[in-house]
Formats: sequence, structure tokens, C-alpha cells
Amino acid sequence: MKFLIEDVTVYFPYDHIYPEQYSYMIELKRALDARGHCLLEMPTGTGKTIALLSLITSYSLSKPQSPIKLIYCTRTVHEMEKTLAELKLLHNYQIKHLGPQARILAIGLSSRKNLCVNPTVLAAENRDSVDAGCRKLTASWVRAMAAENPNVPTCQFFENYEKAASAAVLPPGVYTLQDLRAFGKEKGWCPYFLARHMVQFANVVVYSYQYLLDPKVAGIISKEMQKESVVVFDEAHNIDNVCIEALSVSVRRQTLEGATRNLNRISQEIDRFKATDASRLRSEYNRLVEGLALRGNLPITDTWLSNPALPDDILKEAVPGNIRRAEHFLHVLRRLVQYLRGRLETDNVEKESPVGFVASISSHAGIDQKTLKFCYDRLHSLMLTLEITDTDEFLHIQTICDFATLIGTYARGFSIIIEPFDERMPHIPDPVLQLSCHDASLAIKPVFDRFQSVVITSGTLSPIDLYPRLLNFHPVVSRSFTMSLTRDCICPMVLTRGSDQLPVSTKFDMRSDPGVVRNYGKLLLEMVFVVPDGIVCFFVSYSYMDGIINTWNDSGILKEIMQHKLVFIETQDVVETTLALDNYRRACDCGRGAVFFSVARGKVAEGIDFDRHYGRLVIMFGVPFQYTLSKILLARLEYLRDTFQIKEGDFLTFDALRQAAQCVGRVIRSKADYGMMIFADKRYSRHDKRSKLPSWILSHLRDANLNLSTDMALHIAREFLRKMAQPYDKTGGSDRKTLLSQEDLEKMGDGSMHEMLY
Amino acid sequence: MTGGHVTKRAKYKTTIKDPGTPGTLRMTLEKILFVPHNPKSAGKLDVEFRFIKGQKHTKEGSNKPPWLNLTNNQNGSFIFEFENYSDLQDCRDFVGKVLAKSGEVSEKPTVTYPDEQLSAAEMELRIKLLQEDSELQTLHKQFVLSGVLTEAEFWATRKKLLDREANKKTKQRLGFKSAMISDIKPSTDGRTNKVTFNLTPEIILQIFAEKPAVHRAFLTYVPNKMSERDFWTKYFRAEYLHSTKNSVAAAAEAAEDEELAVFLKQDDILASESRWKIRRVDPTLDMDADEGDDYTHLPDHGIFRDGSKEVTESENELYRRTLSQDINRHAAVVLEGRAVDVELEDTRSVAEALAQSKQESSTKGESDGDTSRERLGRVSRMTEIEDLQAPNILPLAPLCIKDPRDYFDSQQANALRTSGDALGGTEQIKCSLSSQEVYGSLRQSISVIKAIGLKDPIVKPEVAHQVFDALTQSISTTKYNIGKNPQESVLDRLPKKIKEELLHHWTSILELLRHFWSSYPITTSYLYTKVNRLKDAMSHIYPQLEEIKGSVPSDLRHQVSLLIRPMHQALDAAIQHYEADMQKRSMRSGERPNGYA
Repeated sequence: MKFLIEDVTVYFPYDHIYPEQYSYMIELKRALDARGHCLLEMPTGTGKTIALLSLITSYSLSKPQSPIKLIYCTRTVHEMEKTLAELKLLHNYQIKHLGPQARILAIGLSSRKNLCVNPTVLAAENRDSVDAGCRKLTASWVRAMAAENPNVPTCQFFENYEKAASAAVLPPGVYTLQDLRAFGKEKGWCPYFLARHMVQFANVVVYSYQYLLDPKVAGIISKEMQKESVVVFDEAHNIDNVCIEALSVSVRRQTLEGATRNLNRISQEIDRFKATDASRLRSEYNRLVEGLALRGNLPITDTWLSNPALPDDILKEAVPGNIRRAEHFLHVLRRLVQYLRGRLETDNVEKESPVGFVASISSHAGIDQKTLKFCYDRLHSLMLTLEITDTDEFLHIQTICDFATLIGTYARGFSIIIEPFDERMPHIPDPVLQLSCHDASLAIKPVFDRFQSVVITSGTLSPIDLYPRLLNFHPVVSRSFTMSLTRDCICPMVLTRGSDQLPVSTKFDMRSDPGVVRNYGKLLLEMVFVVPDGIVCFFVSYSYMDGIINTWNDSGILKEIMQHKLVFIETQDVVETTLALDNYRRACDCGRGAVFFSVARGKVAEGIDFDRHYGRLVIMFGVPFQYTLSKILLARLEYLRDTFQIKEGDFLTFDALRQAAQCVGRVIRSKADYGMMIFADKRYSRHDKRSKLPSWILSHLRDANLNLSTDMALHIAREFLRKMAQPYDKTGGSDRKTLLSQEDLEKMGDGSMHEMLY
Repeated sequence: MTGGHVTKRAKYKTTIKDPGTPGTLRMTLEKILFVPHNPKSAGKLDVEFRFIKGQKHTKEGSNKPPWLNLTNNQNGSFIFEFENYSDLQDCRDFVGKVLAKSGEVSEKPTVTYPDEQLSAAEMELRIKLLQEDSELQTLHKQFVLSGVLTEAEFWATRKKLLDREANKKTKQRLGFKSAMISDIKPSTDGRTNKVTFNLTPEIILQIFAEKPAVHRAFLTYVPNKMSERDFWTKYFRAEYLHSTKNSVAAAAEAAEDEELAVFLKQDDILASESRWKIRRVDPTLDMDADEGDDYTHLPDHGIFRDGSKEVTESENELYRRTLSQDINRHAAVVLEGRAVDVELEDTRSVAEALAQSKQESSTKGESDGDTSRERLGRVSRMTEIEDLQAPNILPLAPLCIKDPRDYFDSQQANALRTSGDALGGTEQIKCSLSSQEVYGSLRQSISVIKAIGLKDPIVKPEVAHQVFDALTQSISTTKYNIGKNPQESVLDRLPKKIKEELLHHWTSILELLRHFWSSYPITTSYLYTKVNRLKDAMSHIYPQLEEIKGSVPSDLRHQVSLLIRPMHQALDAAIQHYEADMQKRSMRSGERPNGYA
């Protein structure tokens, strides 16, 4: 359907539209018109992504004189694939109605690991090895060598791509990663570098958050994005955590050992070059004297992860004299590593500010702040000079230099915490020195400054006024939408008591109580009887999940559960978890039914949908509070209290409940879908906890469902499932429309629209 | 078993409580022979099979040991306890076969199969079928033995039955059990520290399917390097070490014993399999791909210890295996289903069959193009919002049969009409009136009524009253009787004997009709005689049906006649057809004197 929003004709690839999608588009358009940032919360399962995509592409089509670019950031690769698939649908629709003028170029960008088509490189295990494997074949000096010596292996795909030069372009269209690979294979061009190249010209770029937020990656990938871009952060409820993680570094014993090995290797390389090609080192020295930290235009294949500090904070001046010579720099690094090793040998937890730490480095190791600040660039330059291709081996020394650069650059918003062992396993010495960032606004600031509009959207942004404070920006539009439902297709319940009427909770003093564990098991067992297809369970942590599963296994509850449904479990091994999920889906598809055990804050909770028959019920066992004794968390809470006047308790509850809401919100995708959510903890019945849940869940949480025991919950579940199995009118009857057709939209003028919706 | 005898180790028990005498049981086609191991003990047995009347046995899965109980014709019994269920099954099958043979022979020793050479196996199969199905047996007795049908004719319509029985594989394949194999608990004798595990081929197959490394180890080690017993002892030792969750001890044990290490280490076949599988996983949940974009979690970047990540002991990682891994693996195997379909006999054959099926599946799974297309299809399916789209309903016409009887009656009428056509063919009843004629006659009758009025009652009141009474009563009783229980059919209310007779007639009529209709058109003299035979047999049924009708109590007579009517109709149709055909034939044979007759 197509319709007008003010002056923009919006092309929407479906025959109907939800009213909240329509109002979402209106708000979004206002933000684009105002060229400002916006914050929009809309429940999961109401088609946020397609609303966003169709409004922004239509907006851009309606203003051909100043087209805007869309930079769409997703958290995960599979979300990227999904977004691109939706965009493909939209694009086909637009072409059908507008003809060739609607053509756009949209690409997904990911790492070499997901884009490479060279079988030898792809054989490597992890991302860093793939990167290094690529570099071994494509670095400028390797290719120069190959030109002289045909025995030096190169990558055929990259050579072809280079040969095609400016002819190597992607024709307009929507390219998922799969499509890019297929295109690359067909043409014989390297899809990774082709995509990197095309990012500048594409109308829509879909990539991971980190490509924009993490300065190490953003520095190489997103440097040349134009200002007239709309940046969208989808599923952005955790964006503050991504921001602080992007600027945090930790150093462990293994890091220091690895760094020492790296330094030895570098020193060997330096000696080798001195003997064979001393002029190269000399020219590097000269370049550094002239004040260029880095050679200007590096060939695209030589780029490495860039400076960990934010672009505005990087000094544009000459590298200090004392580290210009390679040997001197090596010395500085050795002293730094030595100093850090000394600091790790501690028996107590130490907490320090970056300023104090830099001062102590300066007095003990004789390295001043400015030198520290240049560590990263100097190392990068040295490695290029030494023509090191196996970069995956040098991650340790890189970590040390990142650390040095960050503490040299930032004086506020960070702290350094040294812990001799993990609190939960005090008998195992595992010292770690962590530089942790507390201020989420630091990493995202350049994004807000640089781009015209930044859209932050998710299903759970409650309380919506907290995010502007955490991220320190001023949205022009900030709204939370509710869900207009045709029928009550979600059924949240708070379960406070087990089948024996004793309270259940994962509170620290109760969680290992055998009664609670048994009650949780009984709850699941009863539900497994009743609920068809898929059930998802979320636990508060891996260790709690492991413990509870072992107990259930010993007491035979697990065996009884298995009689009804297959059981799959998220583990810390990503590959295994992915396969388990795949099997889980197949078990749901074939009608066998399955239960998936997962962890709140885990990777599954972050990004996997359990919609339709893949999840008819979610059980959240406990309240997923962070580990409150963590030193880093305490430091961050302190910082939040001092800087933003956010109370510790408030933040912890907010954080726990956004995770819980995120977990349960994954069951529903459209209004035709339905699912139940059980919050199994007595603490959810308290108002201060519960009220932090997003409004679209709260509005369906009836008072009668606030204090249930297992048998009552079972009864409600039975009723609910029976009700949902009935046929219903999708448009929602006459008085309140939940599905609008094109005529409906045309009928209501702008004025009457609001009355209808709210 | 195939050689006409079976030899198994068993214990002979004179009573159920008797602990039993261990020895060897040997069964041949003629006799049962039991020889105790201890030649001095008294349990020697030598019985001829013809004294054996029947057998009973315990079921697998029940708590009882595998017992076979043979009863003789003096109501005595011989109880044998076997070592396992597969032995019991062998013996059970054998006894069943021998008993079947002797029973068949005693029942009808004179049956001959004139026109076909039957293999022994086929004959056996037929006998077995007859024994399993008493209905079939009565039919067989009734028609074949009385000479209405020949043996070959009788079986020709049941080819499917023979086929299905012949390949036997169509029985539903069992999947793996939902319970985990780690649930096999050892039994202890309570006095020593020794534990005993009971392994069945079923369990072994599951272990092999879930742990390919164990499977491979079995194929390489057994029986060249160690005996099967040693192999499983090692396996359970390793399992025990895992269950203690002491990875240090496991590592130490593994360092000492190379073969034990195989069981303790992470399964490398699984690891490589998962690397292969991850490439074809649904892209909407491929979390492995995310790792590629995750630059904050470079080693040592990001926040390391904020409580969200778990701590694991990194040493001895090689020997750590978690319950979660086992559960995931188990569920995956159960979901995959059982690929092996062999009689589970011994471990070796299980292992080899599994290896073969794996090879097949790996060659099958090579094609890559399909999977990538399927992956794309899945993504688009995952992204569509179905209720925003126009409803995607295929055009359909609802099937509405209010009463199935209407349908069958109309079909019956059709059949009659066609046979009637064949009969007459010339007499066309003139039933098409012109509209003027119809209008005229209607108008006339109306004018008559107008003129005279409906003065006289058409039917006498008392007669009408009687009819109404009878009708209401019969309707209400029928309603009352039928309405009581929807599951209860009319048949259930008939006396048992009549019900059985009716059912028997139904089946025999069906059998006859099947043969009857299948012989048309008559092309050979053989068919001609067959049809004649069938017709005679059918005409015998009429009086029998009448007899049934007469024998039932009056209140049920109506129901019975309702039931009999379709039989009558079917028979009528057949006989009409027969007569019409005979007429045609005689007419034609008049023209052609050389026709067969």
C-alpha cells in the first residue's frame, strides 16, 4: 500500500498496516524533518523494522535533490540478514510501483569471516585468524613480492577485484551477506573488499553496532560516512553497555606473557631488518620526525584495527621523540609490561583513577602521559614497517597499547580496578587489571555529533527518560508506543508461589533452597504437559542454570520433562548453542516440541526470536540482577550516582527488568502470534520492580495474575491456550481498528487520526 | 532357526518359584530337548512337540525375567528362563512356527493347491496369516474348502496382504527413547563394590549414535585389541569419572591409559561434525557469525569480570564435559531419528550398520545449492509479517455430506440403473412431458378441487391415527435407543449371535461380490465357470438372510431388515447383472453357434 504522511508518499510493502506503525512513522518523520535525534519505544512484534525502513527510504525517495543515507545498526549478524531480507521485500515493492527510479543500493557489511569466499582463508578457526590469513595473501608488500616471485601465494579473488579497478561495482539492489558472497563468487571478485568499497556509495548500509561505536573499527570502516545520514540503532536497549564495553580493556597474566613474546618477536624482526633493509627503519624514523604518525593513504588491505580512542581525542601532532626509534619504543613497551606485571601481583583489590595510574607509571616506569597516548599509533606504524602479516599473533601487545592509549587519553569516566582473584572462586588466583569505562556517553558522542539524525529504538526502553541521561543527548522526539491488540494475545503472569504454596525466588539466600529448585522444576513440568510446541526458559546466570539442571537431573524431573519435550540448552560455546537452537527450531517445526534453557544477558536472550510456535511460553526464573558484588559494577554505580544522580538501586532494578522484558518479549512477532510469559519470582509482585517493565507488558498484566501459584498459573495457561485457538477477526472489529487498510488511512484526515489511535 | 532347530542356553523351572536348572535348550521341528549343564541334576527333558498346546511368555520391558512357558495337552507346563529377551524371542518365534504348522496340518490335511507351485515360505506365510486372522480363516474355510473359490483365487485378491507381510519392514519404525542413556543405572549386589550394567543392543545403538568417538573406538579396538566386555568396562569407568566432575582425576587417568583417554576426551568427530553443520544452520539464528563482528571482545578487550561472564577452570578443559553438552547431544540424536534399521542382535552388527548409514547420509548431504536456497527461504519466512498481508486462501469448495447413507444409496441406485440398462436397453420410459401438458393437468386438478372441495377425507381417521401412533412409537424408540449413546451402533443392541452372523454374512458377501465383479467381462471359459460357482453361492445366502430376519425378536426386526437391505441390494444387483449377461450371451450364441458354453 502507499499513503501520504504530510508531504512524503510512503511505500509500504504490505496490504495492511498496524496503527502503531503508522504513528511510529509520523513521529519518525518529524524527527527527520527536524534533523534531530529521536528515541522510540515500540513493543516487539509490531513491525518496527519494516516501518523504519519504509519511512526512511520513502523519505529519501521523496527528496531526490538531497538524498539521505541510511546507516542501520544491528546487534547481530542474523538480525542484519533479517533486516536486509525485509528491505529486499520493500525494495521489490517500490520498484514495482515507482519503476527504476526507486533503485537503491543496500548492502550488509560484516567481517572477513562472514564475507570471504577464498577457501584457504576461510578454513581458519576464528575471526582473527581469518583476518590474518587474508592479510597474508593481500597485504601490499606481499603482493609486491608476488609480482616478482610467482611462487608467493596471493588471493585470486582480490587480484581480480583489483584488476577490475573502477569497473568493480555492485549494481543497484539489496545484498545480504549471502548475496554478496554469491556475487563475488560469480564475478571472481573479493566480496569483502568490494563491500568495503561500496559502503561509500550505498544508500543503505546495514552493519553491526560496533562498526560505528567502537573506535577501533569505526576508524577504518565508517570514517567517510556523510553527515546527511540517518543512523538507526535497532534493539538499542543495551546500547549503553555496548558503549562502555567498546572503551574497556582488561589485562591478565596471559596478556602480559603474550605481550612479552610479541616484543621478543618484534625485536628479532627489527634486528633482521637492520641487517637486511636498514633503510626502511630509517625512513620510518624520518616520517615520524616529520610528524606523521601514520602514512597517509594506506592500501585498503593494510588497514588494521585503528586507534581505540575516539577520533576527536586523538592528537594530530608528531610522535614524541623518545619513541621514534624502533628500539626505544620497544624499550618503553617492555618497561610498561614490566610495570603492569608488578601491579598484578597484589593481594588486595585496588581501585584507582586513570590520573593516579598515569602518575604512578610515570614515577615507576618513567613513561609520561603523552608517550602513553601515542603507543597505539606507534605500534601500528612499526608493525607496518616490519611487514607483519600474522596480526592475530600480536593481539596481546595490541591490547597493552590500547590500554596505554586509553589511559593516556582519558582522565574522567574511567577507573582502573585490579582484582587478585574472582570473588566467586577465591581459591583460584587469577589477577586481572581492568580499565573500565563508566560513561556510556563517551563512545556514542561522536555519532551524535557527526550525523544529522540518530534513531534509537527498541521494544524495551523503559523508563524512556533514563536513556537521554545515560547517553547524554537531547532527542527531539521521545515516545513510547503501546500495542493495540485485536485480542489479548500476550498473557503475562507473575508466579510467586510453587505448587506447595511456598514462595519462589532467586534471591541470594533462597536460590539454592531445594524447595525453590523443586518448585521451579514442577512449574516447568506442569507447563510442559499443557503448552504445545516450544517453551523457552531463562535463568539468571549460567552457573545457576547448570546447578538447577543438575539438580533436576538427579531428582528425575528432567527425565519427566524429556518424556514430553526435547530439551536443549544454551552453553558458553557459541557453535554448540547455535546448533542446539537449530535443532530446537526443527523440533518445533516437526511437532515434537522442545524446551530451550537459556540465560538472561546471554547471547540467545540478546538476539534470537522465539516467535510463533517457536515460543508459546517463556518462563523467566528469577530476576536477572547483575552480580552486585562486582567491583566494576560498583564503580559504575558510583559514577552514575555522582554524575547523573541516578540511584544505585534504581539503576540495578532498571537494568534487571529491561533484561527480563527483553527475554520475555521475544515470544511475539505479530498480532496473529500469541504467547505467555511467566515471571517466576515473588519479587516481581512488588510494585517498584514491576513498574519498571515496559508499558505494553504492564497493560496486559491483570491484577488477578499478580500473585499466582503453580496450579493457578496452569489453569490460566489452559484457558489462554484454548482462547487463542479460536478464530478471530484480524481487523479488530468496528470500534477500534487494529489493522488499517489503505482506505482506512485515506478516510481519516490528519486530524481524526489521533482520535482514532489514542 | 532357519535350519529347523534352535539351541539356547536357559534355565528349566518346574514351577514359577523354582530357581531353575541351568542347561541347554534345543528345539527341533519334532521335539524339545533340555539337557542340564550338570549331568547329575534331574531336570532332563524330552518332549515331543505334538504334545505342546500353547505358549506364554513375559514381555520385554516388564520387570520379569525372560520366561517362556509351554503348556502341554495335560495342562502341565514347562517354564524356561532365558538369559536375555532376544533368546526368548527366537524361541518364541520357533515354537509359534512349529505349533502353527502342526495345527494347520491337523486341521485340514487334504488341502491341495492345484494350479500353482508354492514355495514353502509362501505357504508358511499364508498359514500364518490365516492363524492370525480368524475372520480370514472362516472365510477361507467357507469358500476354499467348499470349493466355491480356489486357493489361488482366494489369495489373488489379497496380494497386498502377502506383500506387506513379506517385506515386513513397513511396521512403524521406533525412534530413540526420550530418556537419556546416562540414566542406565548400575545394579549392585549389595555385598561387594562390584556394579553391573545391563546393556541391550538398543542402548548400545544409542550410545554409538550419541558418541561417535566411542563408536569409532569400538570398531577399531574390538575384538582385535580387547574384548567387548573390557571395552564396555572401560567405557563405564570413563562415564563414572565424568560423573564425579573431577576433571583433574580424569586427566590423570587418561594420561595413564590410552584407551580410556578416548572416552574421556572431547569427541573430536562431534567437533568436526558441528563445524560442518554450522555452515548450513538457519541464518536467522547463526550466532557464530556474530563473533565475526564482535571487536569489543577481542581477547582482553571489553569488560572482563563484571559478573556476567562465568568463570571456568581453564586447565583440564580437554577432559571436562558438562551435562548440558550431553543433553543437547542426546536431543539432537533423538530428533535426527534412527537411521539404522536392522534387527538388533549383537553389538558388532549394530556398530557396522550405524557406520554404513552414516556414510550414506554424508554422501547424501553434499549438495550445497539446495541448502543455501533453503536458508534464504527460511530468512524470508522469518521476516514476513503474516497478518499484514492479504489473506492467502486457496479457492476451495467445501465438501458437505450430510448423511453418508444418501451417498451410498444413490450409488446403489446408479448401479442398479446401469445393470437395468444393460438388461433392457430398449425400453425407454417416456417421462418427458411438455410444459403445456404439465400445466394443463395441474390446472385441471385444481379446478376439480375448487369445484368439489376436499370433502371426503382421503384416509379414514382411525387408520391414520393408527399409522401415526405406530410411527411415533417406532421413531421415538429408535431415537431413544440410538440417542442414548452415540458410540453405540444398532449392531451392539442385537444379540451377540445374530450380530456375528450378520457380520459374517457381510464379509462373505463382500468376498463373493469382489470375486464376482472382478470376473467381468467374461473372456475365458474359466471365468465363466467361476461366475457360475459364485452365483450359486450367492443364491444360497438369500434364505440364510431371511432366516436371520425371522429369528430376531420383533422389536429388532426393523433394524435388522434395515441392515440386511443393502446386502440384498448388492446381491440383487449382481444377480441381475448376471442374468442380463446370460441373456445377451444366449442371444449372441444363437448367432454364433461356436461360442463357448
